[in-house]
Amino acid sequence: MATSSLPKADLTSSGRPVFLPNEIECSILSSVDLECDDIPNFPLLKSGLLILTTHRLLWLPDNNPSSSAAAAAAAVALPLSFVTHIFSTKKSVKTLFHSPRVRFQASLDPSKSVVMTAVMRGKGDTDAFLAKFWENWRARAWENDVQTQTQAQTAVGSSSVSGSGPASGSGGFYTREGAVRMVGVSGILRKEQEMWESTDKSLQEAFQDLNALMSKAKEMVILAEKMRQKLLSGSSSKSSATNDDEVGSKEEMQDWMLSVGIVSPVTKESAGALYHQQLSRQLADYVRIPLERAGGMINLIDVYCLFNRARGTELISPDDLLRACSLWEKFDVPVMLRKFDSGVMVIQNKSHSDEEVFARIKALVTNPDTLRTGISASDAAMTLGIAPGMAKEHLLTAESKGLLCRDISPDGFRFYVNLFPEISTDDVYLVKDYGIYNTWVRVASASRILGWSECRIKDPKPCLGHI
Amino acid sequence: MQKLGDFKLPHFFNYPPYFTLQPVRDTREKQVQLWKDLILDYCRTQKIFVIGLEEEDFALFSNPVIERSLSHEARAAFLSALVSEGRAEWLDKGHRKCLILWHRVQDWADIIFRFVKDNGLEDSVMTVEEIRSGIESRGTELHGIDRTILMRALRVLEQKGKLAIFKGTSADDEGVKFSM
Repeated sequence: MATSSLPKADLTSSGRPVFLPNEIECSILSSVDLECDDIPNFPLLKSGLLILTTHRLLWLPDNNPSSSAAAAAAAVALPLSFVTHIFSTKKSVKTLFHSPRVRFQASLDPSKSVVMTAVMRGKGDTDAFLAKFWENWRARAWENDVQTQTQAQTAVGSSSVSGSGPASGSGGFYTREGAVRMVGVSGILRKEQEMWESTDKSLQEAFQDLNALMSKAKEMVILAEKMRQKLLSGSSSKSSATNDDEVGSKEEMQDWMLSVGIVSPVTKESAGALYHQQLSRQLADYVRIPLERAGGMINLIDVYCLFNRARGTELISPDDLLRACSLWEKFDVPVMLRKFDSGVMVIQNKSHSDEEVFARIKALVTNPDTLRTGISASDAAMTLGIAPGMAKEHLLTAESKGLLCRDISPDGFRFYVNLFPEISTDDVYLVKDYGIYNTWVRVASASRILGWSECRIKDPKPCLGHI
Repeated sequence: MQKLGDFKLPHFFNYPPYFTLQPVRDTREKQVQLWKDLILDYCRTQKIFVIGLEEEDFALFSNPVIERSLSHEARAAFLSALVSEGRAEWLDKGHRKCLILWHRVQDWADIIFRFVKDNGLEDSVMTVEEIRSGIESRGTELHGIDRTILMRALRVLEQKGKLAIFKGTSADDEGVKFSM
């Protein structure tokens, strides 16, 4: 029976709910039971997280690191549009001894409505939650969405008329309101002009004062998202006609738009006591893409910048970031915080292995050229495709494992493959016929002969460095 | 293979990390071992008894071919390693000069003992200076031996009753009476 259960809620791999477009998280309470006596076989929803958003009421099982898949299966969501009534709490002697509860009526299918009860067993401000619940339910944010969506559809329809032909447009040359649509190049230009004007206007308003900026922030994010969508659709439909330059700038534009992107940042206001926990999960979801780009490891400072940029106005402190990262140990997330011996902290994929990096470093230091000259951190950075600071950490780790050893000279700080274990202490002149020491001896003596002859030909000074 | 005078240098003398004090324990232990052996080897073949801590004091401390030289810290570390093993001694409190004992003092005493036996000097008298530069010691390891080391080796023998040291009129004409 369809009414016997609530709709399932999608979760990210780190256990954060997947939000709808424009959906914003408003309040989180922990240790909440969700009960419903009117539905037979109603699942046992005990002591989970209750998340109130502008669009839905979500219930997630509490964090059990071992079974994120099970958690995802059990998570449910009740769209606020289904709610038909919210009961106000009665003050009585009974309520003093009870755990606080919120009761509301919802119609899961049109013919029948049921009464549901959320029992708050944990700490948390139930009254504030109830107030927000009312507020969001009354605000009917989901209806605005439907409107903006239809607007967006008509807008896309009108701008794509010239490209896709009138047949595919939703209303031919006329919009629903009956106004004549702009057709052809002039139409596109006009549309662009209008868009820029409205953008310009909203930008001017936004910068009037900080409060205005804060209230405009959401619109800005939506605007960015819209422009991204438009760019995406534009590039796919006209890819044959555009030249590389345009594609390049479009990609760049998309990058900028993407980096703005967290629509519903976890805030202290919305998450309360669960702030760091929820922040930690959101961060885990967020860093996946930057991590992938950085090759599996990224500096904590870089993440701090990227993450705050994505959050827009709801900035977090470095301390919050660190706490969010250190909470990862307790959750089943695919990323981890790592501290190098030097004190540098990075975020890396759990699947990231040092052995793989070491193998690449070893390959790098044992080729004939680098065998003789060694490598600097920037050489390694270029070959491994990572930041020099990060490369240095890898080299130092490889050194501590005995793979490399260092050479500090006026020329700089370089690393060589570690030959010390290969050298015999019984006979210092012994060079075995095989092995890396033998290769190094041959390469080094060959280069010296070459170096001397070069010196004789040229001015001696420039080649002193590589003798 | 590279040479320093008539001394044959090992290949790794041209390995740049050999001249940087390695921070990793295992690597450093090996590096220190190689340096100790090289310093003792070189001093023995070149008959060097005292080396200073300054870079220009000792030929091995720098390698112009690869343009590398040991830092002060590294030089002190390698010499200290020799001192702690009993193969060297600091001559001053400031640790600026170091006496290298490629033979330990006890070994030097044995060498003197053999020298006396081989030359039939069991009951004779020699000055210290004669042992260092006389006709008898020519061609032996004792020839040109550092005076400090020689005196220490002689004292070891004196304690065993093998000889008696007596003072002359000035410091540089001390004499030795063997009684072996």
